[in-house]
Amino acid sequence: MHALLPSRRAFLQSSGLVLGLALPMRGAAKAAATAVPFAPNAFVRVSTDNLVTVIIKHIEMGQGPATGLATILADEMDADWSQIRVEFAPANDPLYKNLAFGTMGTGGSSAMSNSWMQMRNAGASARAMLAEAGARRWGVPVSAVKVSKGVVSSGTHKASFGELAADAAGLKPPEKPILKTPDQWTLIGTDLTKVDSATKTDGSAMFTMDIRRPGMVHTAILHPPAFGGKASKVVDAAALAVPGVLAVKTLPQGVVVYAKDSYSAMKGRAALDVTWDLSAAETRTSEQLYNTFAEAASQPGNKVEASGDVAAALKGAAKTIEATYLFPYLAHAPMEPMDAVIEMKGGKLDVWMGSQFQVGELGAICATLGVKPEDAALHEQYAGGSFGRRVTPLMEFAVEAASAFKAYGGAAPVKHVWMRENDIRGGRYRPLTVHKVRGGIDAAGNVVGWEQVAAAQSFFKNTPMEAMGIQKGIDDSITEGLADAYHFPNSYIGQHIMEGGVPTLWWRSVGNTHTAYVMETFLDELLALGGKDAVAGRRALMKEARLKAVLSKVAEIADWGGKVAAGRARGVAAWKSFGSYVAQIAEVSVGPEGVPKVHKVWCAVDCGIPINPNVIRAQIEGGIGYGLGHALYSEVVLGEGGVVQQGNFDSYRSLRIGEMPAVEVAIIKSTESPTGIGEPGLPPAAPAVANAWRKLTGKTVRRLPFIHGDNA
Amino acid sequence: MATDFTLNGKPTRFDGDPETPLLWVLRDHLGLTGTKYGCGVAQCGACTVHLDGKSRRSCVTPVSTVAGKNVTTIEGVEGKTAEAVQSAWVAIDVPQCGFCQSGQVMSAIALLAQKKRVTDEDIDNAMAGNICRCATYVRIRQAIHDASAKLGA
Ligand code: FES
Ligand code: FES
Repeated sequence: MHALLPSRRAFLQSSGLVLGLALPMRGAAKAAATAVPFAPNAFVRVSTDNLVTVIIKHIEMGQGPATGLATILADEMDADWSQIRVEFAPANDPLYKNLAFGTMGTGGSSAMSNSWMQMRNAGASARAMLAEAGARRWGVPVSAVKVSKGVVSSGTHKASFGELAADAAGLKPPEKPILKTPDQWTLIGTDLTKVDSATKTDGSAMFTMDIRRPGMVHTAILHPPAFGGKASKVVDAAALAVPGVLAVKTLPQGVVVYAKDSYSAMKGRAALDVTWDLSAAETRTSEQLYNTFAEAASQPGNKVEASGDVAAALKGAAKTIEATYLFPYLAHAPMEPMDAVIEMKGGKLDVWMGSQFQVGELGAICATLGVKPEDAALHEQYAGGSFGRRVTPLMEFAVEAASAFKAYGGAAPVKHVWMRENDIRGGRYRPLTVHKVRGGIDAAGNVVGWEQVAAAQSFFKNTPMEAMGIQKGIDDSITEGLADAYHFPNSYIGQHIMEGGVPTLWWRSVGNTHTAYVMETFLDELLALGGKDAVAGRRALMKEARLKAVLSKVAEIADWGGKVAAGRARGVAAWKSFGSYVAQIAEVSVGPEGVPKVHKVWCAVDCGIPINPNVIRAQIEGGIGYGLGHALYSEVVLGEGGVVQQGNFDSYRSLRIGEMPAVEVAIIKSTESPTGIGEPGLPPAAPAVANAWRKLTGKTVRRLPFIHGDNA
Repeated sequence: MATDFTLNGKPTRFDGDPETPLLWVLRDHLGLTGTKYGCGVAQCGACTVHLDGKSRRSCVTPVSTVAGKNVTTIEGVEGKTAEAVQSAWVAIDVPQCGFCQSGQVMSAIALLAQKKRVTDEDIDNAMAGNICRCATYVRIRQAIHDASAKLGA
């Protein structure tokens, strides 16, 4: 990984002037050049007009880290929330690496947890320096100085942060800034408004797709119809005849049409006549993959965890059940498709992107173009969603965009944008996965044995992350969480890493998208078989107190065991992921299409100290909606020859407003360090609905999505 | 062939392929990037504008068909209803990634301009064409009810 800025000092010098406020909050004056004398560390700057700009090292793709990080720093600094502005950090690992990754990047719901102490220290340090500046100005001891809501005071003396900024700049940061105790927090734990709601409501928030550069050329790319294919013959006469089309180039990734505007590029793309060489392509259908994976899963595979003697336990059990679960490939389909703008001028490279892996992707673009990293700058943009899609171990999209730029000769800025069809058919899917599971209960209804084997591709395989992601033949993401939730006296968890040519990827909550579904629905069946209550039965088996606590909490707010309206039923599920504990109860009836109509989901969540309850509730709502939408309606299916059957939202169905349940969230007032919230809301949603559905209709849903014909 | 129409209250001319969808005329030629591309096939609603006050998917609207008409985009929308909707949106922090929200806001304004007092079913129908991949639907619904209340319905 390359450090793109030479040193912290150079960075601080260069930050003497902020030209424009990248992400103004509502009502903020636009783009005034203001002196910014006080930049005590890499995360905060105070300008003479009394604005406090917090530098955000994470991408903002909707999960609220910009608001969360600003909240932490502002609280320790005792800034007033209305004076806070945010700006995205440049690509610079020494300053801005994700402390959990070692390089800049966002994922695994790690933004708050890795930044928690860093942002607290940065804010507390700035506060201490401003307090000291006040003390010196007024000739009073620093102990007689108060800081509150952006004002430093002592007796009748009073000054704003902006007024003290120049004085504070001359002081030395404290070695070990004094942090607040939780009872002193004024912002953390409150429902602050988000920093970006206003600009995202009036259309002024800028995304990569909105970048326009003088002389910019637009592209549209046609990818091979099956993964691993290559263009062998390109007839481009018709495409070149489209007015506005400037050129057609063939890359290893596909055929690119360059045009004066987006529409001409798309028209040119539609006019291409390409013969594809599919000799090295993945040509198996989803059905064939399911069969192959299911066959593998009937063997023990690599051991993830085992206890007792599961074979004997199942043999001696009073009752046993077994099941095979099928999970399809899923596209992330963020609302803004993948895009980047690249420009080269006077030997300097500029890249506009919503990058989720800033230093790595800029480095990959530099490597593709033969540019030295110190001559390159990444202008981080808001990203119109990601759900995992914008960070890939091989950074293929960044490389593709750079290749498209290079193939055009580098003379014009190039905006490389995927059409929705590229996105749905472009791979990097949630892996197609098969689980086989067997369980048994004794005469008293106690679970005596649990055996579960999963088969899926590993998205770490053949990437630089393989050594980290696959250890002793185990890719933990395939069986994520299965060994952690419950005490079973006899158990076996195994997995098979399957070969396949379809590129796969982490997808909001990763392996928990399927592991939680299998464990939480199958256990629900076993408990019912043994005559146990779904809540009490789970609680008796759970390993962790915090998981039990969210389960109890959700049972309380939903009045579990109370009366349910006629024609409806409720189901429950609980799961820990990314350090956070979530339990949900769903209420369903039979919907018009023969799949569940989900009326309401109650949720209890423990994600450590709740930094911003408003953002936490939003992420729970979003996680439930994203999880349910896919579980009910979505799949990417490989048909004949490995060709993806879906292409746009008409065939890759998305949840719509009438299908979204009401959501009620209870947040546990935890004192533990903050953990993830972008993903943990998702895993329990689908199994809670499936459990309610089984109660209501007697049907078990073992093949997703629910709407699939097999579940009728 | 040139197409003349009124855009956000101003006379506007597009000199180019009359088949060009309004979406790309707005974004690429006129620099109004608040209107978004999400699908290009009238499935997602990210490109929603108002054509003579009614919701319209600009991605499937050839610019020739708006000749002589009034087009309003998120950049130009104004008035009591727009204000009520947008302030309700911000007050409860509807947006997550934000990419769908111009379209959501435009659809919501068109709904309330037509009918001040709305039921959940009205919202389901009027907003069914607007996908939000972040699933901000709970708050979209709430914000529309809040705006409706504020408009004195
Ligand atoms: S872009 Fe027009 S409806 Fe999706
Ligand atoms: S806010 Fe992200 S798609 Fe709606």
